[in-house]
Amino acid sequence: MIKSMFASFFLLVLTVTTLTAGGYDIGDKATDFRLRNVDGTMVSMKDFPDAKGFIIIFTCNHCPYSVAYEDRKIALDKKYKPLGYPVIAINPNDPEVQPKDSFDEMVLRAKEKSFPFPYVIDEGQIIYPQYGATRTPHVFVLQRQGGDFIVRYIGAIDNNHGDADAADERYVEMAVDALIAGGKPPVEITKAIGCTIKTKK
Amino acid sequence: MHIHRIILLVFTIIAFFAPLPLEAQTLPPPSSMLEGGESPVPVYEGFDALAPLLDYRGETTIVLNFWATWCAPCVEELPYFEEITREYDVRDVRVILVNLDFRGQLEKRLLPFIKKHELRSEILVLDDPDANAWIDRVDPAWSGAIPATVIYNADRRAFYEQSFTREELQTLVSSFTGTQE
Repeated sequence: MIKSMFASFFLLVLTVTTLTAGGYDIGDKATDFRLRNVDGTMVSMKDFPDAKGFIIIFTCNHCPYSVAYEDRKIALDKKYKPLGYPVIAINPNDPEVQPKDSFDEMVLRAKEKSFPFPYVIDEGQIIYPQYGATRTPHVFVLQRQGGDFIVRYIGAIDNNHGDADAADERYVEMAVDALIAGGKPPVEITKAIGCTIKTKK
Repeated sequence: MHIHRIILLVFTIIAFFAPLPLEAQTLPPPSSMLEGGESPVPVYEGFDALAPLLDYRGETTIVLNFWATWCAPCVEELPYFEEITREYDVRDVRVILVNLDFRGQLEKRLLPFIKKHELRSEILVLDDPDANAWIDRVDPAWSGAIPATVIYNADRRAFYEQSFTREELQTLVSSFTGTQE
């Protein structure tokens, strides 16, 4: 009896957890942040007065999917920073749970790969739940509207994690190209396999 | 018509309509077999090849766990899935571990992993990089993070994007098989 009550309670908790998962939808205003970058400075979106928007990528060191996309993240920044849409990479993981995602390891990886974009740590894990990031990598394309940043695309970078050349739907590029052209992204939400965001239980 | 023929016919009809344990059915035909381990591992190139497994509704409870060797929380909970495999008759509960390791790392990583951990649950590889096209077909609630598990039988279906403790998984599986106290 007690066991079955426990089971029902457990199932209820699971259901509630699933239903209340927060995060942004397309069209929502995204919060700014002030997070420590690998160069020691603090980074906020308001520090980029010329930006028309941002490509915010929740990513990390340890996840093989994040690593598989490293060169594509660099390419996105090189292509779109001059067009007003720079990349900001945010590591959402708790380094005590995944030591490879510590700030020191981030500094090392950023140097090894010469990341041209800020690679900041979500200290205290405050920002990623507001965005609703659930995995790494997880992209949010934002567009400036007055003083606000509006969520225009949520999801994957493209449709082939293993082979950039074989990807025939480059979702983030399609989204940013459409925004630059004054339209709206042809695909606004996609899903991809990725690593869970590491938190203490 | 002889009476025993009629009896045979009746039994055939009953057998045809009764929900079969999945054991009596084979997995959907794989695209290829990964050889080199102790037993060959079926590989499904493209989600369509695997989709019939997700449509199964019968008396066997299917525990379908999406995992990869590089996924730490997946590896951590694998022993609990192995316990389910050992504890239940395969006609009652069938654990199927759907591996998502990268193409090209299967021989190097997956096969040695299976050997090292002496995995006894059924393992198959899903090789379909266009995940956006199939994640919702597993469950619309899935964001894509692994581990993820779907448990289903004729009566119920539930999806979990999380990792389990031993007790959580035990409780959950027994709630599907009706073996709760």
